[in-house]
Amino acid sequence: MTQPLRVFLVDDHALFRAGVKAELADLADERITVVGEAGSVEEAITRISADPPDVVLLDVHMPDGGGRAVLEHLHGTFPNVVFLALSVSDAADDVIGVIRGGARGYVTKTISGRDLADAVVRVAAGDAVFSPRLAGFVLDAFAERPDTPPVADPELDVLSPREREVLTLLARGYTYKEIAAELFISVKTVESHVSAVLRKTQMSNRHALSRWAAERRLV
Amino acid sequence: MTSPAPKPDDGRSSVLTTIDGVPQLMRPADDRILAGVAAGVAQHLNVPVVVVRAVFVVLGLLAGAGVVAYALLWVFVPQTSESSWSSPAGTSVRTPSGALAPTPSPASEVGSAAAQRRLAFGIVALGIAAAIGALSLGIGQWMGAVVGPMMIVAVGAAFIWREADDSQRQRWRTTAAGFARPKRGVWWRVSCGIVLVVGGLAVFAVAQVDVASARSAVVAVVLTLVGVAVIAIPWLVKLVRELTDERRGRLREAEKAEVAAHLHDSVLQTLALIQRQPHDAREVQRLARAQERDLRAWLYGPAGYTIRGTDKHAHDHPGTWITGHGQASTGTSSYLDGDHRVLESCAAALARAAAEVEDTYAVDIAPVIVGDAPLTEQTAALIAAAREAMVNAAKHAGVQDISVYAEFESARASVFVRDRGCGFDPEAVAEDRRGVSQSIRGRMERYGGRADVRTKPGSGTEWALTMTAPVGGISRPDAD
Repeated sequence: MTQPLRVFLVDDHALFRAGVKAELADLADERITVVGEAGSVEEAITRISADPPDVVLLDVHMPDGGGRAVLEHLHGTFPNVVFLALSVSDAADDVIGVIRGGARGYVTKTISGRDLADAVVRVAAGDAVFSPRLAGFVLDAFAERPDTPPVADPELDVLSPREREVLTLLARGYTYKEIAAELFISVKTVESHVSAVLRKTQMSNRHALSRWAAERRLV
Repeated sequence: MTSPAPKPDDGRSSVLTTIDGVPQLMRPADDRILAGVAAGVAQHLNVPVVVVRAVFVVLGLLAGAGVVAYALLWVFVPQTSESSWSSPAGTSVRTPSGALAPTPSPASEVGSAAAQRRLAFGIVALGIAAAIGALSLGIGQWMGAVVGPMMIVAVGAAFIWREADDSQRQRWRTTAAGFARPKRGVWWRVSCGIVLVVGGLAVFAVAQVDVASARSAVVAVVLTLVGVAVIAIPWLVKLVRELTDERRGRLREAEKAEVAAHLHDSVLQTLALIQRQPHDAREVQRLARAQERDLRAWLYGPAGYTIRGTDKHAHDHPGTWITGHGQASTGTSSYLDGDHRVLESCAAALARAAAEVEDTYAVDIAPVIVGDAPLTEQTAALIAAAREAMVNAAKHAGVQDISVYAEFESARASVFVRDRGCGFDPEAVAEDRRGVSQSIRGRMERYGGRADVRTKPGSGTEWALTMTAPVGGISRPDAD
């Protein structure tokens, strides 16, 4: 990799931004460099528009609409900027909401610095990053149950058996490498399955997905 | 008959005001003609004192109602204690009434004060003359028929006023102030109402004088009622709407109070505990984890799917959580009683088992749960076995993180418990660990399930626990 990935932090807690910056700096990882940060939706939109980075680490919960508002403003205008959602929330409507807003992945704030750096590199390369919890939500949303409405678009509304297998292993805490070994496929193939699942999660109109995406937290 | 009181306007000291800044109804102690009632009322209502006096005169003509009102006000309205009764500067500008000042006052004011006094006496004289005229013509008695009902209405209004709280009164006052700078709609409505009421009464009176037929009486009553309705119904509607708004506000308050109480009970207590033992890292971590889990369950439900119900739901079913899947779905649902304890659901039971292991062994377990099913003998055995697998991993694997993944489907329930710890050789394990393995396996097999373990020294352990339902399937919770 010739140039380090330019990473931008968006979080309304200054303490957390400082922590992530310090942790990424401590890694001395030549693959990434933090180029800027913002503490509000408005600031994020201004700064990212002024100088688009490669990857934006995006907090889900912020005043004035949170990560979803940032995605709504920027995702269409800057298709080359990759968004990775970072949150403590873990509620289905939040997670699915930012994924459908255009984020390429979702990790929790308790993630280690090393894992975060890996996730940044992975989303920048065009892959998706699924936490086990996100995999669980997606499996649940695509589950076939007696009361689910009939499938409208098989291309988008149904997971292939292989995708389901990969997702289940993700939910069980397997890494991409372990999944590849388990299913006797290459890591690249695992990555393409996960990306396909991400696309379906973003595009499908399955009831649970659209419902979660529309949900607003009350408390 | 009337006793218009003068009103000093020298601004020497400020006047007691009500909460919304209106001068309180007080009678000036000096500078008055009889008792200072008219001046006090004028000050309070922020209208020219001449108007008040004129109203008293007119009311006086109505069978002496003005005299009674004046007397009552005299008795009940307190007198200002100081002789320096005055109006605040801001009010005085808007009050075009002059001042009467027998006590020494600036020469420039004397002229207008004297004129004001002349005007006051003029009104009194006019009132007396009109009263004599009215008495001689017998109009006074006739008008009593009008005043009687109006008095009843006034008493009713007074009761409503008494029952209202302060903020409501303030709203009404500002609404009443709107009369002074009239909106067209209000004027039309009130004028129509008054015309109808007066018309109704007039018809009634005419009917009594002439024919006294029942029909015209009915017409009169109907007209009167319509008039009253035109005036009163919009007001009543507004009152009801205010009541609804207030109730909604109270609900929101209650919700807020509940959140505050929860934060206080749990979060603040935990923070206090953590501060008391900052050097015991293990204990601090345990407390923080437990608190995080607790708060998470409270906000999102045990599996992270549920959201709290809307106000209405929370009100109707105080102990219930609404599932993220909607009412008719068979997705995750769990039920909390009044103390937020989790009741009967596989997802909830597994989450609780994971929490207990976390608490006891200070490890991190974040269960990922897909679907849900009611707790039966079978699924309870599955969860107990999963709990043992978790305990096993926590005790022997030597790692901090344990992955738990569960699927609760209608025909099958599976739990995967995985760690990246030291692992073991299933063929050559110590007797105690074989015992644990046997008990997990035995528990599953007794209820028709199976337990598979995949492990190698140095590459972690994964238990795959699967319970297949007997005929009829693992029954689902009622979709409620």
